[in-house]
Formats: sequence, structure tokens, C-alpha cells
Amino acid sequence: MDSFKLKGLLILAVLIVGTLFAAPSFFGSKEVPEGWIGPKEKIRLGLDLQGGIHLVLRVVTDKAVESRLNSVASDLKSQMINERIHYSSVSAESPEILQVVLRVPDDYAKLGKLITDSYPYLREANRSTAGGTMTVNYQISADEASTIRTQAVEQALETVRNRIDQFGVSEPSIIPQGNDRIVLQLPGVTDPERAKALLKNTAILEFKLVDEERSVQDALRGDTPSGSYVAYMKDGNQPILLKQRAVMTGDLLDDARVRIQSTYNQPYVEISFSRQGGRIFERVTSENVGKRLAILLDGKVYSAPVIREAIAGGRAIIEGNFTDEEASDLAIILRAGSLPAPVDILEERTVGPSLGQDSIYQGFLSMIIGGLVVVAFMIVYYKFSGLIADLALIANIVLILGALAVLGATLTLPGLGGIVLTIGMAVDANVLVYERIKEELRLGRTAKMAVEAGYKNALPAILDANITTLIAAIVLFQFGTGPVQGFAVTLSIGIVASLFTALVLCRWIQEWLVNYQKIERISI
Amino acid sequence: MDIIRPGTQIDFMKYRKAAFALSAALIIISIAALFVRGLNYGTDFTGGTEIQVAFSKTVKTDEVRSAIEPIGLASAAIQSIGEDRDNEFLIRTPATGDTVQQIEGALKDTFGEETVDIRRVDVVGAAVSRDLKQKGFLSLFYAGIGLLIYISWRFKISYSVAAILALAHDVIITVGVFSITGREISLPVIAALLTVVGYSLNDTIIVFDRIRENIKKAAGSFDFPSLLDSSISQTLSRTLITSSTTLFVVLALFLFGGSVINNFAFAIMVGLIVGTYSSIFVASPILMLFSRTKK
Repeated sequence: MDSFKLKGLLILAVLIVGTLFAAPSFFGSKEVPEGWIGPKEKIRLGLDLQGGIHLVLRVVTDKAVESRLNSVASDLKSQMINERIHYSSVSAESPEILQVVLRVPDDYAKLGKLITDSYPYLREANRSTAGGTMTVNYQISADEASTIRTQAVEQALETVRNRIDQFGVSEPSIIPQGNDRIVLQLPGVTDPERAKALLKNTAILEFKLVDEERSVQDALRGDTPSGSYVAYMKDGNQPILLKQRAVMTGDLLDDARVRIQSTYNQPYVEISFSRQGGRIFERVTSENVGKRLAILLDGKVYSAPVIREAIAGGRAIIEGNFTDEEASDLAIILRAGSLPAPVDILEERTVGPSLGQDSIYQGFLSMIIGGLVVVAFMIVYYKFSGLIADLALIANIVLILGALAVLGATLTLPGLGGIVLTIGMAVDANVLVYERIKEELRLGRTAKMAVEAGYKNALPAILDANITTLIAAIVLFQFGTGPVQGFAVTLSIGIVASLFTALVLCRWIQEWLVNYQKIERISI
Repeated sequence: MDIIRPGTQIDFMKYRKAAFALSAALIIISIAALFVRGLNYGTDFTGGTEIQVAFSKTVKTDEVRSAIEPIGLASAAIQSIGEDRDNEFLIRTPATGDTVQQIEGALKDTFGEETVDIRRVDVVGAAVSRDLKQKGFLSLFYAGIGLLIYISWRFKISYSVAAILALAHDVIITVGVFSITGREISLPVIAALLTVVGYSLNDTIIVFDRIRENIKKAAGSFDFPSLLDSSISQTLSRTLITSSTTLFVVLALFLFGGSVINNFAFAIMVGLIVGTYSSIFVASPILMLFSRTKK
């Protein structure tokens, strides 16, 4: 077999493979039929075509650093009592500053040693003495702060993944971006409020005793007893006085399920603790029989039932007039774990399914109309050679679709626009070659020589022209987001595919015509 | 079939003064428009909320406005999109947060729960819009640099400067048209501008490639202006054919592609027309200016 035939076979192979990969996508939303031997991957549609939600979250990492300092503050208090250091307050002053106020300035040396020994990542920033007390500010080291921030983002990413998995979204994309951002793509989800609620709850579960010895009215008037604070009920917003210290938190949670209360058909969430959690819960409840225990989620009191007896078995229930949806989402976020820091929503884009459908329809409509005009034009202008270019155009579209499927790239609406543009531009290489062939023919060259010279002379211009567009497309991909990147991808694939179809496929066909079929007049 | 008769030589260089005058006028008008009218940046770049809503009964723009007025969004821009019979609107406001729920609630209260179809919602926070704007303009800048390097490598430096000037010409005028028509600059429009950059350069390069080839053929003895004329003339039918086929499909996209992609198609359409003009009447004459100053 000569190299020309071999080349022909290779071209055929590329076209067949391209067709096999493109084929599944033509079934649209229908299943690929049984017995199909080729690949089954369809082209992934972007959110703007299939409907869904795009969210950009920012993890408020300052809060994670601050909450670390708060936990340092509470550990430090007990250590200072042991070491007989007389302090009046310890608190996180700003996200990165821990402030200790000493009643006895002479204790400064002891405090310094304690900090160096136990919290090597705290550095003294400044201190001042006024009215017999000394205020010392400690700054958390940059390394430690950045570790906390990174961990917070990683953990948030994990939690968000868990929640979305449990919520049941098919093919979600959840990726970190920059230092503190998480980008979510949730195809098929069209209720942004529910999705946001699911993601925004930090889901910190706490159990606190109700302070029943003192009155909440006094506290509201400004006379809050030390060790207690006023919280509010989730339903109805009534104030309730709670002990500050949480007797238990949600860390030791094992599972959370929705149950239905049979008498009122009211859903509630049943949580079960790990074995260790169960033991702690049993001890806490047995020590506090007769008292009220408040269940708080993200600082809001869901219920505050009276403990009738010690609760063994490690189960508790959360009630709160839920709808079915609310109860099921609450169970999801409890199971998925809490967020290490709150999240802000920076960007939210929702496309309803009806718009996506319309966009696909309109995109294909313009593709077909534009395509038909180009196809007709090429035949009218270049006759039989135009027909060859048209075949190449169809091969081109098939190859683009096949490549999109293989690469797992996402087809967006601008991406569809990119394919439409490619149809217009793909014939450019053919036009360049054909104009050259015409020039050669006018110079009196034979068909064979004209085809050869045509392809050879047009090549540098074709390459330069396409590489510049490719450069623009690559820049676009680097800087673009979502839909725009989709455009850059189809544009780039379109350029490569059109180079193949125009310079390899068409060239082979025409060389075959003049060399093997001995055609002497080119219809062009 | 030929649209340009073979052997035709048009004296393009003769028209270069008229062309420069026209281009200068268009650029001045564009820049003036940018200063006076500015650009209508979309939600992508300003931050805020954009809602596309369709009603299943006849609704007028004023009715939509009075429906959302009570929630304190009097400053919201309301625009009817698509055909009148679509009853489809774009509501834009700088506010973020609960705005979407408020607007949805107000519309459903006024027009009835079942008639309101929220088709698309974009809420972009200030941090993100700042990023997007910066990235959008940086991308145009970096594309320019990348192309400058590539063309300088493939051609002489004077060619690449001429090509980039022609490119800047195309982008300024296209942006100017957006300023004058008040069309929205969104992310896809920036993508369209970059595509215009790529395509308009296509045309210029094809002409430059022919100039390079003709210089080589002429082997030293040639009259530069008439060589430019014949190079442009020889490539003219290709320039016109490719520009038309691309224009056909962009026109199809503009007419039938739907509201979301309309401005994108418009930008490419304008850029394509300006780019075709500039590759014939701007890029090569600039090359001639350079060659003259060298002598």
C-alpha cells in the first residue's frame, strides 16, 4: 500500500472515531440504545443550557482564626487560674489579636512564660499599663494564621461536598478558587433559596442548660447575670436565658434522620450520637434531671425541653415546626458536618430549565440557518469543489462534537455560538486554497499542478491566520469564567478541526481526484 | 464564478487619505461617546442583581415597574426583551441580598403565582464584579501582547505594529458602537471582542502574507504602493467571501440566537465589518506610512 492510501485510511479512521464519540450526544436527553458498542459519554451541557445554579462562596476565614483565638482564650483562663495569674479579661480583640488584661502587672513575666510554653505561635504585639492594670496584645503568627485559613477552606470544601452529595445533585462541580473561594455548579437545581440555605448554615449544634434561677426579664433590662446570656427561640423569637457554657456540641454526632411524629404528622429530626457522645449525653442528662436543656443550631434555640430522666442510648430529637423540606435539609447538614467558618455568597447565577431549552433550540436554529446559507453559497460559488468543502464542514462539526465529548468539555451557550462562528470561518481555509488554485489555473497550469501549488502557497497564510485566533482563544480561556471558557474551548477545537478538514481531508480528496481519477478540469 | 474579476487591480492606496479621515472620525466619535455616554456595563461588571422574567399573559413594562416599586427598587432598570408577545423582561438593580425573593414575591403578588416564570437570575457581589472587570480588560491587553509577539516573529516589526494599530482601531470602534447604542457590555461581549481581535487579524495577516510573498517575487525592484494595491486586490475576493460567510452565520446568530447571546453576536457582527474594512483600508496604508518614514 502506498503512503497516499495509508493517509486516506488514517483520515477515515479519524472521521470514524470522531463520529463514534459524537454519536451519543445526538440522542439528546434520551438513553443511548442497548447494543451500542461505541462510547456512551454525551457532551456535558453548561448550566446556561440545561438549567441550574452557579454559586461562588467565600469562606470567611477571619472567623476561623478568631474562633481559634476564642478557644485559646478559654483554655488560657483555666491555665492562668492554675498558675495564679490574676487577670480581669481574656478575649479575641480582632481576628488575629488576643488581648489579656492583667489585674496585677507583676504577673506579666509568668504570663509571658505560659504563652511561650503553651502557645508558641502567639507573639506579643504590644502592651500598656493604665490604672493599675496591664493590657497585653498577642498577635497570632502569620504561618499559624495561614494554616488555620487553609484548613478552614479545606474543611469547608469537604463539608460543602458532603452536603451537596447528600442533597442528591447529579454531576455537581465543586472546586476551590483562589485563597478562600469555592465555586459550585449545580446542574438541574432550580431553587436557589433552598440551595443557599443548605450551604450557608454553619450547622453548629450545641446543647446548653437554661438558666432558670434568674429571670430573663432582668437580663433583657441589662442586668445579665455572669455566665449566662439571652438567646432567642427559632419560632416566635421569644427570649430565653441560657448558661453560656455548652454542655455538649454536635462534634460527637453520628447520624441524623427525619422522623414523622404520628399524631400531628409533623416531621422532626432524630440525631444519634457516637458511643462516646452517648455516654456524655447520658451523664449530662442524669446530672440535670428536672432542668431544661436547650438545643441550639447556629445560635438559635430550636427547643428547650425539660429533662425528665437520664437519657441512655445516645439519641435526641430536634423539633421546630419544620416543613418536610426543612427537616430533610436539616438532617443533611447535621450529617454532613459543620462549617469551620461562615460562608458568604459572592455570586449566584440561576438559569431556569425553560430558558436553557430555548437557548439550545435557538442556538441550533441559528447554526442550521447559518450553516445552510454557507453550504449553499459554497456550492454556488465553487461548484463541485464547494461541495467538497461542504462535506469537510460537516466532518468538521462532527469532529468538534466528538472532541467535546472525549475531552469532557462543557458546551455552553457562547460555546454553541463558537460552533456557529466556526461554521462561518471553517470554510476560510478552503476559500484561501481555492482562490490560489484558481490563480494557478489562470496561469495555465494543469489541474494536478494547480492543486499542488494551491495547497502549498496558501499554507503559511492559513497557519498564521489560525494561530492568531488560537492565541486569542487561549487568552480567553485563561481569563474567562464558565460560559466564556466554553466559548474559548469550542473556538479552539473548531480551529484545529477546521485545519484538519481543510488541509488534510479536502487536500486528500482533491489529490485523489487529480492523481487517481485523472480529472483534468477542476470544477471550481 | 468570481466576485472580483481576475487581474483587477484597485488603487486602494489612492483612497488612503479618505480612509484615514473616515477612521479618524469614527475613532474620535467612539472616544467622545465613551467620555460623554460611557458604557452600559452589565451586572457582570457592576455587581448587583439581574432577573430575566417571562409572564404567561400580556404585561407592560410600566406594570412591572409599579409592581416592584413598593419594595423600594424604584431605581431598577426594566427592559422588555425579545418580541412583544414573549412578555419577557430584564430587571436590573444594583441591590444584592434578598432582592431576588422580594422581586419574585412582588411580581407573583401582582400578576398571579402561576403567570410568573423566573427564567434567569444573576447576583454578582462587588468583589466578583471587580475581579471580572479587571480580568476582562486584562485579557484584551494580554491578547494584544501575545499577538504582537507572534506577528513580530512571523513578519517584520513594522507589520506587527501596523496590524496591532488596525486591531486597536477595530476594538475602539466596536466599543464605541456599544457606547452609542447603549448595548450592554457583559462577559460574553468581552469574549466577542477577543474573537473580533482574532478574526480581524486573520484578514490583515492574509493580506500581509501576500505582500511578503510579492516582495520576495519582485526581487528588489518594486513600487511599494502599487505592490500593496496588487496584494490587496489579489486577496480581495477571499477577504470578501470569508467575511460574508462569517457574516451570514453571525447574522443568523444575531437574528435567531435569542436574547442571551444577542449582544455577543452584535459585537462580532460590528467587529467583523470594521475588521474587514480596516484590513483593506487601514493596515496596509499604515505599512506604507512606515516604509515612507524609513526612506
